Parts: sequence; C-alpha cells; structure tokens
Amino acid sequence: MTTHYLVLSGLLFAIGAMGVLIRRNAIVVFMCVELMLNACNLAFVAFARQNGNLEGQIIAFFVMVVAAAEVVVGLAIIVTIFRTRRSASVDDANLLKY
Amino acid sequence: MESPAEIVQHTAGGMIGASWLMIAFPLLGAAILLILGRMTNRWGHLLGVAMSLASFVVAVLTFLEIIGLPAEQRRQAVHLYEFIPGMVDMGLLIDPLSISFALLITGVGSLIHIYSIGYMSHDPERRRFFSYLNLFVAAMLLLVLADNYVGLFIGWEGVGLASYLLIGFWQFKPSAAVAAKKAFIVNRVGDFGLLVGMFIILATFHTLTFSELGKQIAEHPPSGGAVTAIGLLLLLGACGKSAQLPLQSWLLDAMEGPTPVSALIHAATMVTAGVYLVVRSGAFFFPPDSTQAIAVSVVGAATLLAGAIIGCAKDDIKKGLAGSTMSQIGYMMLGAGLGPAGYAFAIGHLITHGFFKADLFLGAGSVMHGMNDEVNMRKYGGLRKHMPITFATFFIGYLAIIGFPLLSGYFTKDGIIETAVHHQPILGWLAVLGAGITGFYMSRMVFMTFFGEKRWEKDAHPHESPAVMTWPLMILSIGALFLGGYLILSNRLYFFLSPAVGTAEATPEFDFASTAGLVTLALVAVGAGFAWVRYGRAEVPAVAPRGSFLTTFARRDLYGDALNESLFMRPGQWLTRFAVYFDNRGIDGLVNGLAAGIGGTSGRLRRIQTGFARSYALSILFGAALLAGALLLVGNI
Repeated sequence: MTTHYLVLSGLLFAIGAMGVLIRRNAIVVFMCVELMLNACNLAFVAFARQNGNLEGQIIAFFVMVVAAAEVVVGLAIIVTIFRTRRSASVDDANLLKY
Repeated sequence: MESPAEIVQHTAGGMIGASWLMIAFPLLGAAILLILGRMTNRWGHLLGVAMSLASFVVAVLTFLEIIGLPAEQRRQAVHLYEFIPGMVDMGLLIDPLSISFALLITGVGSLIHIYSIGYMSHDPERRRFFSYLNLFVAAMLLLVLADNYVGLFIGWEGVGLASYLLIGFWQFKPSAAVAAKKAFIVNRVGDFGLLVGMFIILATFHTLTFSELGKQIAEHPPSGGAVTAIGLLLLLGACGKSAQLPLQSWLLDAMEGPTPVSALIHAATMVTAGVYLVVRSGAFFFPPDSTQAIAVSVVGAATLLAGAIIGCAKDDIKKGLAGSTMSQIGYMMLGAGLGPAGYAFAIGHLITHGFFKADLFLGAGSVMHGMNDEVNMRKYGGLRKHMPITFATFFIGYLAIIGFPLLSGYFTKDGIIETAVHHQPILGWLAVLGAGITGFYMSRMVFMTFFGEKRWEKDAHPHESPAVMTWPLMILSIGALFLGGYLILSNRLYFFLSPAVGTAEATPEFDFASTAGLVTLALVAVGAGFAWVRYGRAEVPAVAPRGSFLTTFARRDLYGDALNESLFMRPGQWLTRFAVYFDNRGIDGLVNGLAAGIGGTSGRLRRIQTGFARSYALSILFGAALLAGALLLVGNI
C-alpha cells in the first residue's frame, strides 16, 4: 500500500526536479519547487500512516508553512526582478558570477 | 721587575669618590645642548667650554689627591652602581695611568674647545659642534676611567660615534659624509676584535673587571693560546682606534671634519685609545717577547714608517699632519709593545704628542682660517710675517715633533727609540729611520707654509687669528717646549706610572749621548736639510709635479685604499650582488611562483561560477544523488 504512495511521491519529485533544471520561466521553476516539496510531504504522510504515528504528518505541516513563507519571499523577488528587467527568465538573472 | 700594584676599593669620599663628575660634566653639557637645541644657540659654545673646563678642574683635583697617597695605594676603584647583575659593576679606576689620560683629555680638550669658539664663529651650527665635542670628551673619559672592559667598550663605542658625528659635521659635503662612514666602518672592524677579545677574557677568567683580572693574573700567570688570542684581538681593536696598519685608512679621510676635530681626534682622544688599551691590558702582552707583544711592536714600527712616507707626499697640510699622527702613534705602539720598559716613554710620548700635535693642528687651522680655508700648501708660502703668533707656535710644535734636542718630543721619542734599539734592534733602527723621514716631511711642511715666496690665491688676505685662537696655541706650545723634559728626566713619569703598569727589570735611563740618539739627530738634520734644499731654497711649483712612482705611491696612501677596495670592497660587492640575485630569483621566485600558481589555479576554478542558477541546481542534484548513492552503498540506513 505504502509503496504506491512512495512511487507516486518519487515520480512527482522527479518531475519537479526536471522542471527546475530545464524550465527557464521563474514562475514555472517556482511551481516545480513546490511540486518537489509536496512530493516529500506525500512521502512523509505515507510513512506516518504506515507507522501509525503523527510525526510525519506534523513535519508535513511544517513543510507547508515553510513553503508558504518561501512563496511569499520568492514571488516578491520574482516580481521585483520582472519589474526592473522585464523578464522572468532565470537565465537572464546571471549577473552574480565570476 | 714588579707587576702592577693591587687595586684598592675606594671607600672614603673625597675627590676620588667624586671623580665620576669628570664624565658627568661634559655628558651633561652634550645632553643640554642636544635636547634644548636651538634655544641654546647663543650661549651653547660657552656652556660646552665651561663643562669641559669643569671636567678639567675635577681631573686636576683628583690628580692632586692621587699624588697625595702613598705609591701602593694609588690605584683606587670607585664603585658606582650595579651594571649587569652578577657580572659587571660599573665603576671607575682612578690610577696614575687613567688620571694621566684624563688630564690630557680634559686639558688639551678644553684648549681645543676654547679655540673652537673662534674657529667655528662663522658656522651657524656651532652649538651642535660643541655638543658633539662634549660628547667626545665624555666618551673618551669613560673609556680611560672605567674599571672594567665593558665600561671601556661603552666609552670606546661612544668615541666612535662622536668621531663619526664630528668628521661628518659638514655632512652636506659628500666627501665628509663618506669620510665619516669610512671612519665608522673601519672602526667597527677594530671593535669586533676588541669585543671578541673581551669574550675570550670572560670565558677564560670569568670576569671583565680590571681589579679581579689583576688578582687572578697575579696568582696564576696565564699562558698559552688563549692569552695570545686575547692579545692579538685587543691589538686589532687598538689598530682600529689608533689608525695602525692595517686599519689606518680612515685617519687620512677624517680630515674632512673641521680642524679642531682633527686636533681632538689626533691629539687628546680617539687615536690614543688604542695605546691606552694595550698599556691597560699589559698583562696580556707579557712577557715582552711573546707573540702578541712583538706583534704590537711590529705593527707600530710598520705604521710609523708608513705614516711618515705618506706625510712626505701630501700637499694638503692637514693630511700631512694626519700622516704624522699615524707615524707618531706608531712610535707609541712600538714603545707599548716593549712592556714596562717602554710604557713610560710610550705614555710620555702620547702626552707630549697630545700637546704638540694639538698645537700643530690648531696652528694649521689658524693658517686655514686666515687663508679662506685653503689647505693646499702649494698655495701658502711666506706666511711667517703675516701670522707671527701662529708661526711661532707652529714652529715650536714642529721642533718638538722632529725631536729637536731638549724639546718635548726629543725626550719621549728618543726614549722610545733607545728602548726599542735595546730590546728589538731591527724595529728600533726602523724607528730611527722614521725619525729621519719625520724631519724631512715636517720641515717640508714648515718651509712650504711659512717660508719662501707667496703663492697665494688672488683673494687671500692672510691675517693673524683672534686671541681666543692664539691663546690655546701659546699654552700648547709651552707644553710642547717643556713637558717632555719634565716627564722623562729623573724618570718622573716612570715612577708615577709604575704602580699602574709595573716596573721593568732595569729602571730606564735617558741617555743624551746614545748611539741611536745621535744617529737619529743626524738623520733628522739630514732630512730637514734635504727639505730646505727642495722646498725652502728652491721654488715650490704651484702645481704638484708628477713625481716618481714612489711619490705616487705615497700620495695614494701606500695604496691602502686600493688594497681595501680590491680585498674587501669588491668581494663584498660581489657577495651583495649574489645575495640580491639569490633573493630576487631564488627566494622571491619561490614565493612569487607559489602565489602565481595558486592565483592561476583559482582563476580557472572561478569559471565554474557561471551565474546560471539552473547549473547550480544541477550540481546540487548531482551532489545529492552522489550522497544518496554513497549512503546506499555503505548500507545501514
């Protein structure tokens, strides 16, 4: 039973990671990060249910809180960058380099 | 034959207890003049003279107290303070030897101070000059009065410093600056010898105090390699300060300083330090036929000839006198190497030389003062009518130095020659020859300066110097007239010094009609006559003739500078060049290479930071995968 959830979780994580790596649009990259976080949440909840305790579920809540905070900060950054440079591409924001 | 008397610890106060004032006065003078600086410009020279005179008064009072004591108590050690705990206490040794030097230093030194008031009156830096003079006197007094080698060494270095400052007094002249450096560096070589000699003394006897050393040497007369080494190293030190071969080269260049400095260096202080060191360390130069004692005499004899030969060829009046100083100090060294038999004559010659050489130098200064600082004797001539007092005093100094019968130099120099002929015949006869050459070059100097035709520059208006300059000359010339006879006849100086330096097997007798003495007189007469023929009667060419290779040899200071240059300076330059090369290429190369390597590598590594967030994400993913793989591989999780 748990195995199915884990496979789904792994698939979602892989899709999210792929999205982060190959998509240029910052919003999409952001959504992919959320996907990865939620894939982890799914795994936590599945394990919690299998073991019959609440710790995994509690951690899932924490992850959601952190994800919400991240969205607030991240979107603010993306919006600011877009306003100044008229672009939401992560590749365009490459000034911080050697 | 008796060794020196034991040194008594001085307890009662009195003048001996207060003898440190002798050093304190001029030191205080130097400190005030240097610290207060320009504020003292108006009265600085007077303070300098007053401090020097005060020191002289203390010296005289101490001397009077010393001669009031019985002979075996005339060596008094005055404890001042603990210097290096457990090793050296600073103290003064007041004995006939040191007080003789102190009297000479402060007496002649004070006269030179007074003379300098007039000589330096046009110099805006006169106050600084007097502070250095005071420092010089203080250092020299510490040198001769200290009761241990450490104090002596401090004075020794102080003298070196003061001479450096004074020779380079007109440091805006490059030649003066170079001469000062040369004097300092050549003296360092001698200082090195003295220092290593002190180390060996400390290692062998575990003390550097004269009284302790005296006791130990009296109980177990030392012998063997250590003593020879000590003697030779002390001789090296003495050669540096006293400008003896092979460290003579600084003395002739030291003429770049103002003339009173030359008088001070040559007559009262500095060059006499080496003779003092040898006589004070007499125990290490004993017996008189030991290697080190003979070395002293040989150095002395060689230098007296070298100095005399150099003196013959110089047209610069001060350089001629400098050559004669070398030569006369050579006589003293020759005498000092002969042991207690020669000490009295060596010290006697030192004292009388102090008078007539100061007289000659100050006389030369007076001539220069009247001739717009011209030093070339070929541009003098016929000055005796224009500068009668200078001429009279200079002439007395001249007669004294060539050993004209019954003048000061006659007694002391003849004493050294006779003793030398008796103990070291070869060196003694060389000294006789040197006396003949002295007769020639000193006569040449007098004839070229004061006799013959006027060869002056057009704007020269020779005039007699002011009284403040002529009075010291007259006082000095009185010393040059009578002092030698007073000291040597009936052995006054010999008996006075004997508690400090010991006595010889036979009490020396001054013989008016000895063979060596008569030959000396004859040679001096021949030398003077030859000089009259060449420079008195004949016309003196205004431009120096080329002369034979011998003349060139003497003019170039016997190629002493060339020798030093090829032996020490050039190899030294090669060494520094190699060191610079090694430093640039070797050490710097290593450090710079390492830095360049790291810089280059990091420059390459930097390229990884592309600024593309996605590539960072990729590397994070790879890292995470790698970590997960590793954990799986290890198992247990």
